[in-house]
Amino acid sequence: MPKSSFMRGPRALVLIALLSVLYVAVAFLVHSPYYLLVLTLVPIWATLGMSWNIFSGYWGLMSFGHAAFFGLGAYTVALLSANLAISPWIGIPAATLLGAVAGALIGMPTFRLRGHYFGLAMLAYPLALLYVFEWLGYQEVPIPMRREAPLAYMQFADTRYYVILATLLLIAAVLVCMRIGRSRFGLSLLAIKQNELAADAAGINPFNWKLAALVLSGAIAGAAGGLYAVVLLIVSPPAVFGPLVSAQAVIFSLFGGVGTVVGPVLGAVTLVPVSEFLNAQLGDKLPGIQGVVYGVAIILVVILAPDGLVPRLAARARRGQAAPAGTGGGLLQPVAQGAAPVRAAQRDGGVVLSVRGLCKSFGGLQAVRDVSFDVREGEILGIIGPNGAGKTTMFNLINGVIRASAGQVLFGGRDIAQLRPHEICRAGIARTFQVARPFANLTVLQNVVVGAYATERDEARALALAQRALEETGLQDYAGALAGGLSTMQLRLMELARALASQPGVLLLDEILAGLGAQEVEHVMLAIQKIQARGVTIVIIEHTMHAMVRLADRLLVLDHGTVLTLGEPAAVTSEQIVIDAYLGKKWSARAKH
Amino acid sequence: MDPIFIWIENILQALLTGVVIGGVYGLLCAGLGMIFGVMRVINFAQGEFLMLGMYAALFLVTNLGLEALLGAYLGPVVGALLAGAVLYAFAAILHPLLLARVTGTRAMGREGEGHYPQLTLTLGLSLVLQNLGLIVFGSTGRTIQTPLTSSAWEIGPLYGDYISVFLNKGRTVSFVATLLVAAAVTLFISRSRAGKTLRAAADNPEAATYMGIDVGRSHRFAFGLGAAITAIGGGLIAVNFPFHPYVGAEFIVIMFAGVVLGGMGSIAGAFWGGLTIGLVQQLSALVLPMQLQNAAIFVVFLLIILIRPQGLFGRSVDRA
Repeated sequence: MPKSSFMRGPRALVLIALLSVLYVAVAFLVHSPYYLLVLTLVPIWATLGMSWNIFSGYWGLMSFGHAAFFGLGAYTVALLSANLAISPWIGIPAATLLGAVAGALIGMPTFRLRGHYFGLAMLAYPLALLYVFEWLGYQEVPIPMRREAPLAYMQFADTRYYVILATLLLIAAVLVCMRIGRSRFGLSLLAIKQNELAADAAGINPFNWKLAALVLSGAIAGAAGGLYAVVLLIVSPPAVFGPLVSAQAVIFSLFGGVGTVVGPVLGAVTLVPVSEFLNAQLGDKLPGIQGVVYGVAIILVVILAPDGLVPRLAARARRGQAAPAGTGGGLLQPVAQGAAPVRAAQRDGGVVLSVRGLCKSFGGLQAVRDVSFDVREGEILGIIGPNGAGKTTMFNLINGVIRASAGQVLFGGRDIAQLRPHEICRAGIARTFQVARPFANLTVLQNVVVGAYATERDEARALALAQRALEETGLQDYAGALAGGLSTMQLRLMELARALASQPGVLLLDEILAGLGAQEVEHVMLAIQKIQARGVTIVIIEHTMHAMVRLADRLLVLDHGTVLTLGEPAAVTSEQIVIDAYLGKKWSARAKH
Repeated sequence: MDPIFIWIENILQALLTGVVIGGVYGLLCAGLGMIFGVMRVINFAQGEFLMLGMYAALFLVTNLGLEALLGAYLGPVVGALLAGAVLYAFAAILHPLLLARVTGTRAMGREGEGHYPQLTLTLGLSLVLQNLGLIVFGSTGRTIQTPLTSSAWEIGPLYGDYISVFLNKGRTVSFVATLLVAAAVTLFISRSRAGKTLRAAADNPEAATYMGIDVGRSHRFAFGLGAAITAIGGGLIAVNFPFHPYVGAEFIVIMFAGVVLGGMGSIAGAFWGGLTIGLVQQLSALVLPMQLQNAAIFVVFLLIILIRPQGLFGRSVDRA
C-alpha cells in the first residue's frame, strides 16, 4: 500500500517469483546442512514477521505475544505426528486453523483494551500457554521418524526441499499481505490505526476488522510454527512460546519497516543469518548470544530508526524528488460514470430525524438535559449556543460516539440512540468533527474512499462515489495528496467529502467554518449549499452568527444542555433569552440602555 | 486426625506463607509501580532488574562475606540493600542512554504517546540482560544459602495439639525487612523534598516543568529508584528461592499483575497488589498443581485487566 508502492501489480509478482527462484537456487549450491537449515529458517521467521505485520503493522496496536500462535501451531503439528501419526501435510493446515481460532479467542476479549493494557495482555498469553504446556507434560515433543513413508510425513532426506517448502510458505504470506494492502481490508485497518474514532464514524466497524486481522495473522503464525516443528523435529515450550519468539515476530518488521510488505522479509534475511552464525560460532561459550543479538537489534532500531530501516532509506531516497502525485495506491481505476444518487432526496419537509427527551450526564454535570427537536427533510438546521451549551455532546449522542443516559433518537423509523458510530453511519447519518480527524497518512482520495465503503460494497463504485464527493467539495485536484499536509480549509472539505461519500441522508457538521478566513468561509458555505440542493439534510453547529443566519433554514438554541428556542433565524436572534444566553444577563441589560 | 483440621492447617499455612511471600512481591511491584507512576512506561525489563538484584545480593552475601561478617539474620538483608544500590547506579546509567530517548518530552505528541517504542525498547533491554546474564552467570540455579534458608519457626501447636503452622526463618526475616523498606519508601515519597518533586513530575510533567522541576532528572531518579526497590526485593527473595538468569520471566507477570491490581500509577497500590498476588499464589497451590501456580496468576492478571483495568484499589489513571 502506501509505503511500498513499488510492490504492486504483475511486476511485483514477477519480482517475487524471480527472488524466490534465486533464493532456492542458492540452496542448491550450498551443501552444508547447517547453511541449509539457516536458509530454511529465514523464510519461516520472515513468515512469522509477516503475520505480526498484518496485525500490528497495519493496525497499530502492538502484539508482544505472537509466540502464542506460533507455539500452538508448532505443538499442533508435533502432537498430531507423535501421538496420532498424522502427517504434517495435514498437521500444518490444522495448525493454520488453530492459529486462526486462537486469534479469534484472544482478540475478542483483548480488543477492549488500549495502550499499556493491551501490550501487557498480549505479552501474557504465550507465557501462560508456556506454563500450561509444561504442566501438561509436553516439555519435549519429538516428531518421530517415519522411515516407511518419509514423503507422506514431510521428511526429506534432502533438506533442500525444506528450503522450498519454507519459501513457498513465505510467498503465500507475502501474497496475502499484498492482497490486504490493496483491498478495503488494508485501507480500513490503516484508517483505524490513524484515527479510530473517525474510522468508526465513517462507517468502519473497528472491532470486526481488528478481529479479522488477528484471525488472519494467527493463522499465518500458526502455519509458520507448524513448519518450524517439522524442520526442527522437536518442540519444547520455551522454544516456541518463549519471549524470544514473540520478540522475533516484532523485530523483523521493526527492523525492515512496519506496515510494509518487504519489511519483515528484509528483517529476517538480515538478522536470522547473523544470529545463527554467531550462535554457531560462539554458542557453546556464549549460550545466550542469539537473544543478545535480537535484543541489541531491537534497541538500536527503536532508538535510531523507529519506523524501521526500509522507510528510513526510502525517505532518504525520496528526498529531493517532488512529492509523487500518488493516486490511490492501486485503488485508482477509471472513474465510473453515473454514481449512485444520494438517498432520501425528496424535499417534502417531513421529519427525517427526531430527538426525543435526550439526556446525558457526566458524573454530576448534566451536559444535555431532556432535549427534544425534529429535523425536517432537506433543511439546514443550525445549532447555536454559548460554549459548554452541549452542542458537540448532542452530536456525539446522535452519531453514537457516546451513549445517551436517557432518551431516543429516531431515524428512519427506528431508535438509533444505542447504536455504535459505524452502524449509525451506515444507517445514513454522517458527521464531521470540530477538530478535524483525518487519516493523516492516507491520501485525500483514500480518506474519502474509506467513507464510501460504509454503504458501497463494490470497490469500483466506492471509488466513483469518492471521486464525486471530491468534485462536489472542489478537492479533485488534491486527490493524491496526503491528508496530513492539507490546510485547515482543505481538511474541513475533505471531512465533508468523506462524510458525503457514505451517501448520508443527514449530515452533521460540527463547527466546520471555525478558524477559516472570510473567503474560505464563503467557499465552504457554497459547498454546503450545493450539498443541501442535492437533497441532503444538514444539521450544523456554528458560532459565526452571520454565516448561520444566511445558511440555516431554522435555528436551535441550546444553553446549559437545554433547548432555549427553535425557529426561523431572524426570529430567534431577536429573542431576549437568546441574547441573554449569549451576552450574559448583565451585559444585555446594559446594552438596552 | 480429623481431615477438617488438616484443611484448616493447610489454609492457615497458605495464608501465612502468602502474606510473608506476598510482602516481598509487594516490594517488587512497588519498584515497577514507581517507574510506571512517574514515567508512564511499563518496564518489560523489570524482571531482569530483579534477576540482577538477586545475583548482586548473592555475590555480596556469599563472595564478599557479608554473611560471615554480619550473621545470618542481618547479612542477607544488608546484601539485598546494597544490591539495590548497585541496581540504582545501573539503571541511572541506562536511563539517559536508552530510556530518555523515547520517554518524557521526547514521547509527547507521538502516536499513542509513544507507548509502543517504549515497550519495545524495554523488551529489547530485557532480552539483552537475560541473555548476558546467561553468558556471565551460567544457567545453573543458585540460592543465597544461609542457615535460615531451610529452618523454620513453629507456631503452635494451636487448638489442642491439632494445628501448627511453620514460618520459614529466611522468608520471615525478608518479610520484616520488606516492611521496613516499604515504610522508608513511603516516608521518602510523602515527606522528603525529592519525593515531593517526584510526585509533582509524575502528576503533571508540564506543570512541574513550569515550577522549575527538571522532569528528565526526576525520571532518571525514579527509574533508578524503581530498579533499586525491585532489586532489594529480589535480594530478599533469593534467600529462599533458587534463581537463574531467566528468573525474570517467572516474576514479571507477578509484578504486572500486582501493579495492575493496585491500580496503575499508584505505588502503594502496587505494594498491596503484590501482597494480594502472593496470597492468591499460595492459596491456589491448595487446589492446583505446582506448575499451574504461575498460570493461575496469569489468569488472575488477565481477568483483572479485562474486567477491572483500573485495579481493585485504585482509580483509573490510564484509561483503557
